[in-house]
Amino acid sequence: MTAQIIGTYIVSLSLVIGSGFVLVGVIGLLKFNDPMTRLHAPTKVGTIGIGMLLLGSIIHSFDIGEPSTHELLIMGFLFVTAPISANFIAKVNIHRRACDTPPKPAKDDTWSTLNVADPDRETSS
Amino acid sequence: MGRAYNWLLPHPLLTLILTIVWMFLQNEISAGMIVFGFILGIIIPWSTSIWWPDTPKGFRPGKMISYSMIVIWDIIVANIEVAWIVLTVPTSKLKPAWIVVPLKLREPEAITMLAGTITLTPGTVSADLSDQGHSLLVHVLHTNDPDAVRDEILTRYEARLLEIFS
Repeated sequence: MTAQIIGTYIVSLSLVIGSGFVLVGVIGLLKFNDPMTRLHAPTKVGTIGIGMLLLGSIIHSFDIGEPSTHELLIMGFLFVTAPISANFIAKVNIHRRACDTPPKPAKDDTWSTLNVADPDRETSS
Repeated sequence: MGRAYNWLLPHPLLTLILTIVWMFLQNEISAGMIVFGFILGIIIPWSTSIWWPDTPKGFRPGKMISYSMIVIWDIIVANIEVAWIVLTVPTSKLKPAWIVVPLKLREPEAITMLAGTITLTPGTVSADLSDQGHSLLVHVLHTNDPDAVRDEILTRYEARLLEIFS
């Protein structure tokens, strides 16, 4: 067994694990029936799924002798942007009253998404 | 000297990050690319400085590294936990909950980092901030004890971020 063959096995393993996690994310998206719980599956399971696919890509590039670390940058940007999109989807759900009304904040008057004048409010009906 | 330094490098960490990002984009390490990345790292913060009102004070990069390690480990564990919940818990038995996290953190950068960490880790998504920024609204996918989740966020993440931004 040369190093290259072992490398190929590791690449295949990380591709399988990565696509497995993406599949679980998709199942979660289809299975849950409430917008807020649906949000959980893709945001979390998606990050490690894509992370493992990118890890496979890095190992493969070293394996064939053309080292590349671009993928780390993709991972970094993904980890910075995934929470932002999740936060915006959650805010839209709260704004449209598509979920249970959240409890009152501990220290302030209201949540910033609910803090709008009545005429500006878009209802889900 | 100090003033010249502040004028040229209003955000030293941003300069460093931009240089590193440029190196990764180029996918090679050579003296020319390091110099060019550093020039970009000076020009970009300088030309966009009106949108960066003030540098976060008292940022400790050393503690940031150990915090990142903990977060990466938690992300891996959280992914397996969430995958398990998705595959085994039927939708009717799911117990989602809202939790309210009172914040001691005041810096916008620190709150952003806490919210991002919460979204990336165990079955929690940070949904909203209160109008004055003293509480964080978090949605939990499946829990029997919402208070325990809140206490874990406070002790595991917020306490460490308070040390990093102090």
